[in-house]
Amino acid sequence: MASSIRVRATANGDITEVQTLIQHPMDTGLVKDSKGELIPAHYIQELKFECNGKDVFVANWGTAVSKDPYVKFSFKGGKKGDDLKISWTDNKGGSDTITAKIA
Amino acid sequence: MTATTGSHPTRRLILQGAASVALLGLGNLPFAPARAAANDKYPEEAFKLKNEADAIKALYGRTAEPSEKVKLDAPEIAENGGVVPISVTTTLDKVTSISFLVAENPNALAASYRIPDGTLPAIANRLKMAKTSNVTAIVEADGKLYSATKEVKVTVGGCGG
Repeated sequence: MASSIRVRATANGDITEVQTLIQHPMDTGLVKDSKGELIPAHYIQELKFECNGKDVFVANWGTAVSKDPYVKFSFKGGKKGDDLKISWTDNKGGSDTITAKIA
Repeated sequence: MTATTGSHPTRRLILQGAASVALLGLGNLPFAPARAAANDKYPEEAFKLKNEADAIKALYGRTAEPSEKVKLDAPEIAENGGVVPISVTTTLDKVTSISFLVAENPNALAASYRIPDGTLPAIANRLKMAKTSNVTAIVEADGKLYSATKEVKVTVGGCGG
């Protein structure tokens, strides 16, 4: 299966800009399906970015983050060709990891 | 981090509860509450609180003061409350975390980000909004809390139904 994580990390001088899109339902647990039954909460709780063995960004998310979440940030200390490891875990124990190269 | 996942869930809840009570009690001390946001653990309790002020307190153990150095960018009107693009940047130094809260959502705290040394204090993300509400960004810098708030009008709520 294709990865749930799509990432674009671009180094521009000293600063690396990271844009990430994750496929995830981010169900709040408040919405009913067509049969009128509540769809249980299912959402990413933690999303972590590591570069050169160091955490560069950690997101803690609740149910109010939109479906298929998008997040953008920038950090210093990465350069072209470095590995950027991205991993998430959700409230049901699901998880995914990908390692991208900084372009 | 994974070392704790094996522990008994009830015990962990009790410990978490005790920890947050302790933090509230220590709210006046300058250094104790800062650890709440700085540690690695997912702030489960803060995400469950309905009220914005309560969530900020649970997360940071103190209140924020409005600052012009925090720039919150959000639309005036969001046609689709399910996907509201919101971003924040700040000129403050020594930023360690940034959080987003939507006051009128069922649970006010939407997202909280840890900003390690070397990461720029600028984040863009997309949040759900149940209805028209104030959106607040909290920036923790040098152990103090700063905020910016903006009202976003929502024409179609983001909670389905």
